[in-house]
Amino acid sequence: MSRYILRRLVIAIPTLVAISLVIFTILALAPGDPLSDLALNPAVPPEVQQRLRASMGLDDPVPVRYARWATSLARGDFGYSFQTRSPVSDLLVQRLPTTLAVLGSAYLLAILIAIPVGVISSVKQYSIFDNVATTFAFIGFSIPTFFTGLLFILIFSIKFGDWGLPTLPSVYRSTVDGTGLEAVWQRVQMTIMPVTVLGLFQAAILTRYTRAAMLETIHMDYVRTARAKGLASRVVIFRHALRNALIPVVTIVALGVPTIFTGAVVTEQIFRVPGIGNLLITSINNNDTPVVMAITFIFSILVVIFNLIADVLYGVLDPRIKYE
Amino acid sequence: MSEATSTQSQETLADVGALRAKKPRSLWSDAFRQFRHHKLAMSGAIVITVFVFMVIFGPMIYQGQVRGIDFSIAYENPSLQYPMGTTHEGHDVFARIMWGGRISIAVGIAAMLVGITIGTTIGSISGYFGGFTDSALMRLTDLFISLPVLPLLLLIIYLFRDTMRDAFGALLGNFILIVVVIGALAWMPVARLVRASFLSIKEKEYIEAAHCIGARTTSIMLRHIMPNVMSPIIVAATLAVAQAIITESTLSFLGLGFPPDIPTWGRMLFDARDYMAIHPWMVIFPGSAIFLTVLSINYVGDGLRDALDPHRTV
Repeated sequence: MSRYILRRLVIAIPTLVAISLVIFTILALAPGDPLSDLALNPAVPPEVQQRLRASMGLDDPVPVRYARWATSLARGDFGYSFQTRSPVSDLLVQRLPTTLAVLGSAYLLAILIAIPVGVISSVKQYSIFDNVATTFAFIGFSIPTFFTGLLFILIFSIKFGDWGLPTLPSVYRSTVDGTGLEAVWQRVQMTIMPVTVLGLFQAAILTRYTRAAMLETIHMDYVRTARAKGLASRVVIFRHALRNALIPVVTIVALGVPTIFTGAVVTEQIFRVPGIGNLLITSINNNDTPVVMAITFIFSILVVIFNLIADVLYGVLDPRIKYE
Repeated sequence: MSEATSTQSQETLADVGALRAKKPRSLWSDAFRQFRHHKLAMSGAIVITVFVFMVIFGPMIYQGQVRGIDFSIAYENPSLQYPMGTTHEGHDVFARIMWGGRISIAVGIAAMLVGITIGTTIGSISGYFGGFTDSALMRLTDLFISLPVLPLLLLIIYLFRDTMRDAFGALLGNFILIVVVIGALAWMPVARLVRASFLSIKEKEYIEAAHCIGARTTSIMLRHIMPNVMSPIIVAATLAVAQAIITESTLSFLGLGFPPDIPTWGRMLFDARDYMAIHPWMVIFPGSAIFLTVLSINYVGDGLRDALDPHRTV
């Protein structure tokens, strides 16, 4: 098992190298120059500009620049932010936990909704429950997260206040006033809306896949055999049908990680969550290229890691897959 | 007795005549008949048709304030004069939704065409030729699948939008950039789908027969295999339009799509965020426009999937 994981890790490295190449190529092809603002500044003489360019290695050929960038990336050095002058890695370390916490809870919520609903839907196919669930799932993935987010704020932060009901905060603050349980409660209140918006969207996608996968396994011969030998229907559904149905669902869960990152960028923007997605948008608006590149690359790393996790989970769920 | 046989044979002749008079059933007419049974898909098709007509002809008939600022008519609620109210700057929301719809729907269709073209080309070459070409192209597909789409979209648009604006103008430059980038990051599922179909179809006897009569490779690929791959491509294309509309709206919502003076549905929501507490209509109408369009397209895609599947019969 550990050898298998190690081998998958080795395979993941070329993927990361290729992704870093793509990102760097885009940047190298892009017009513009990090020192273009300096060139417009009459106070900086051309010789100084030249020396600055040389010291920053901007006039070196592209492969040399890539090698330098890649080696420092491998050492975990993402360079310095143009805007705050602080190391990019510090910014990432500050922001990443918030994003991962929101994303993790959202994905957990999605799985907790999607798998039971998908299973019940497939077991009671064409029942009222199934029809309602399928319709909601269809609506759920057709409604973009930025619209649901705004609707949630409109209803739970604005209209609830008008109606005299308790409201949820529409903005996520990095600091909470109060201590102990009160602080925890405030944090929970701020997290409810971003997590729900993201979680419901992902749940809609996962429900459809769980239902489809379950419908496929439920009609298999081995499920009929299990029923025929008189096993309780709970055992048949969970041990015989669901375990097999989960194999494709795991793929979707892992492949859904990029989608949920997209959702994170959007929800962080709506609810002003101080996470990595929010940092990405601010950096783009501030022309802060080192930060933008670092975040794009971090997202790629996370995607590759989750694919790896999916591969490992396959083996756990399906012993027929050999770790060789 | 002889009379009886003659009337019988006349009846059969009449039957044959009636059968001949009927138009022969084709795959597409069968599919259409199936599609009509799918109520939600039909409703979706009707909604989309109405929307498309509205965005094409609407702005010619209904002229409201789309650009420029007029505070005297700001924050109007929906009324007969302003069917969807006005914004904080006195823009007519109904007029803006129709203008924005032109862009959103055009981006959706154009990006779909880009994505489907790339995906079909790569998938068919990969599936037909196999071997090294196949594994190289599939590695490329895997690489693209593990790219983080939204950050990369934002990165590319952020880096290239000024150049494109200078080269083609604000509207066309952004349009080309957004369409190409969305398409170029969305072709992977289509490529896999087409490759899988090509792999199975190229082993069929009729393809062998085509080889034997000396058909050229391009003609085998385009005339013999491609028509049999069309159904999954059509379904994927439909769903790709919805996906592209969402992606474009997301970009605009993040403030990185089209410039502020060009109304798109996502941009309208971006502007509405800060005025939501005083004027919620600004959120509800553009958001519903995106939602209804995407929902209808998804239902049409669902209906097409059922209708084009030869294993299913109603």
